Amino acid sequence: MADLSINLAGIQSPNPFWLASAPPTNSGYQVQRAFEAGWGGAVWKTLGEPIINVTSRFAGLTFGGQRVFGFNNIELITDKPLEVNLKEMDETKKRFPKHTLIASLMVEHKQEAWHEIVKKVEAIGVDGLELNFGCPHGMAERGMGSAVGQHPDLIRQQVEWVKEVAQTPVIVKLTPNITDIRFTARAASQGGADAISMINTINSLMGVDLDKWLPIPHVDGKGAHGGYCGPAVKPIALNMVAECARDAQVGVPISGIGGISNWRDAVEFLLMGATGVQVCTAAMHHGFRIVEDMIDGLNNYLDQRGIASVMDIVGKAVPTYSDWGHLNLNYKVVARIHEETCINCNKCHIACEDTSHQCIDIIADEATGKERLVVREDDCVGCNLCSIVCPVEGTIEMVEIPSDLPPLSWNQRQAALAANGTNET
Amino acid sequence: MGVPNDLQNNFREVVPALKPKEAIDEANRCLYCYDAPCIKACPTSIDIPSFIKKIATGNLYGSARTIMDSNPVGASCARVCPTEELCEGACVLNHASKPIMIGLLQRHATDWAIQNNAALFKKGEDNGKKVAIIGAGPAGLSAARELARLGYQVTVYEAKEKAGGLNTYGIVSFRLPQEISLWEVEQIEALGVKIQTNTRIGVDIQAEELLADYDSVLLAAGMGNVPNLQIEGEELEGVLDAISLVEETKTKPLANDMVGKKVVVIGAGNTAIDAATCSKRLGAEIVQILYRRTANEMSCYQFEYEFAKQDGVEFRWLVAPSRILGENGRVKGLELTKMELGEPDAKGRKRPVPISGSEFVIEVDFVVKAIGQERHVSLIEAFGIQHQKGVVSVQDATYRTSNPKVFAAGDIIFGGGKTDAMVVDAANHGKRAAHAIHNALSDQKQPV
Repeated sequence: MADLSINLAGIQSPNPFWLASAPPTNSGYQVQRAFEAGWGGAVWKTLGEPIINVTSRFAGLTFGGQRVFGFNNIELITDKPLEVNLKEMDETKKRFPKHTLIASLMVEHKQEAWHEIVKKVEAIGVDGLELNFGCPHGMAERGMGSAVGQHPDLIRQQVEWVKEVAQTPVIVKLTPNITDIRFTARAASQGGADAISMINTINSLMGVDLDKWLPIPHVDGKGAHGGYCGPAVKPIALNMVAECARDAQVGVPISGIGGISNWRDAVEFLLMGATGVQVCTAAMHHGFRIVEDMIDGLNNYLDQRGIASVMDIVGKAVPTYSDWGHLNLNYKVVARIHEETCINCNKCHIACEDTSHQCIDIIADEATGKERLVVREDDCVGCNLCSIVCPVEGTIEMVEIPSDLPPLSWNQRQAALAANGTNET
Repeated sequence: MGVPNDLQNNFREVVPALKPKEAIDEANRCLYCYDAPCIKACPTSIDIPSFIKKIATGNLYGSARTIMDSNPVGASCARVCPTEELCEGACVLNHASKPIMIGLLQRHATDWAIQNNAALFKKGEDNGKKVAIIGAGPAGLSAARELARLGYQVTVYEAKEKAGGLNTYGIVSFRLPQEISLWEVEQIEALGVKIQTNTRIGVDIQAEELLADYDSVLLAAGMGNVPNLQIEGEELEGVLDAISLVEETKTKPLANDMVGKKVVVIGAGNTAIDAATCSKRLGAEIVQILYRRTANEMSCYQFEYEFAKQDGVEFRWLVAPSRILGENGRVKGLELTKMELGEPDAKGRKRPVPISGSEFVIEVDFVVKAIGQERHVSLIEAFGIQHQKGVVSVQDATYRTSNPKVFAAGDIIFGGGKTDAMVVDAANHGKRAAHAIHNALSDQKQPV
């Protein structure tokens, strides 16, 4: 049994799986059920001035038969008075002292307001704070959430205010609705954040009702953009985590969020620099019990590799994530089709023929009357498209073709050209 | 036809394993129901949605562990359970599309464990207590596994040469290859369980010795051979016992003496089907199942019936054997009496009534008896415990017999038409009996 406990900027947790601040962490009842199911921590649904919610609030994206492939919501922060939340948080922490309880906070842009709420939640013994600078809907129109998260200066200022009084580690939750998340991540770090978490939800319109000509979801005939999440957003989230993890100016631990549905997703986030992960949509889809396979799968993954602690894999893939200019121009792979498992759907052929480099031929075998697919390797650019569209895993393999040339990146090439140019003049 | 090599082919597993893509596709089709009906329909309560989800996430070790944790003979059950009547029959997708192939997914996960030599469990810390188990079949092994994990020193006494009971000897190879059952045995031995084979209680070791040497004894012996038909000619060469017939195909080189012959099987339970399909695969030209009632009253599973028909087995209803005819000491023919259905019996099945004067003779080369199994009455009596016609009486929840030190599980307590004697039920009994023994022995320790 591997040690699954984590330490995120001083916040201890029995395992890396936390519930993100969202509908699943709205009450003591829910969070306690989650802890019983095995979740290592929970970020309580954002505290602040209680708001009024609308109905309906959620929409799901079904893709290719998979329900909740994407998900969005127009729900806002807590609708309960602070005292009620604090009382339930206190009870929860007392019942589960070893589990991690984080308070998510969102207040208006005032130093006193931040001071006041920080003192109140720390008084009940939370393990850390998460400042919600991410929610893209509703609260942003009131100058909070992603309205702050889109302005590095506002982030820095508010983090500073929080750090003036905070006794526990401060995590800053960032919005992906921004051109380059590293700028807001750096601002959080400069303001004194102990960690950052990402991503919050992405602006989205889930769909349009073909019969009623209304947005999905709608509230009495009108809709608004909502926050997008679920498996569909994972690549966006993973990129943002990786970009921040390799940025020296960010330099603080990361709590990964965005489309994490199982232990494999979690391992990817950990390898790309997250110290732990937060989950919401998968729990909303299947209930808290999904954490059982997350823990079991992660543990077996580590055990099978003889890795003693989950902390040992954090960030292990970050050095492999770089800029295009550093990639080796002399590296080459080509597609190889394994005939024994090929089912002759010919999707690779048409993908290559219509939209790539026209190098997969359909050859009719006159002896058998059957067709087979053959890659002209000299023409193959190794784009992967055929292996991506192939429905049978492992049938199209991308094989490395050894090169006689030494590795050469674009940056090196340009530098060499410039050097030659100088010599010539 | 009929060189032994061909026959060997006939005994390869008939149901193919899922291909890797098939398994993933199927696993992703599972809805992961909450409080899933498939779990409730499984006698051993395997957390089916969980093990399927683990296949979908590539956590095959965890998947196999989830299965085997609930059912120590889960790899065998993946092949022999009547899933249509249990988990798959309960699947909510029966009403919406097609049920999930739970049995085959279970086989996919347990096959992974077998192929990867996965050690799934550890023995518990030694608690200094000893339990003897009689019978290394599904019930005995299941109990042994649980007790070993709870820290008991467990010795299993088995009359046969190998452990596994029905799974090793009694289920045709083309449904359950012997190596699957033997892997389950190895898993249990790896937990420190001692299995003493070729040992008969009452012959090699006396019941009294066990009662004196162990803190508790679990009686998990299965059933014996098929009883006699009690008709003339039973001593003739060519009269076989269905259980022994199946066992021979699993333990000896396949014989080709049935090639091209006419075989009749008496009875229409699952063992009869096994004997019939076995005979067909041993090369018999004509195989007929003779049953004194009709298809409606047969006790074999529907899928077994279909399977037998696919194999070319013929069924003759409403006939009962009245005399086996021989020539030079060998079976030559069989005299049958036509029957009709009368009033229902205690189990609600219509009673067959002979039609007098309807006797006729058919030509046969082999007569295979499959009319039930004998019970180990002498073993039960050696322990001096209460029983009814060889069915040991136990307190329902505790599996405790009339001797407080002796518990019983599996075939030895099945009976009276209460339930089918399924492998999965035996496994469940064994598991529960182990916990009952643990409770009983733990209670003793507690100060009053």
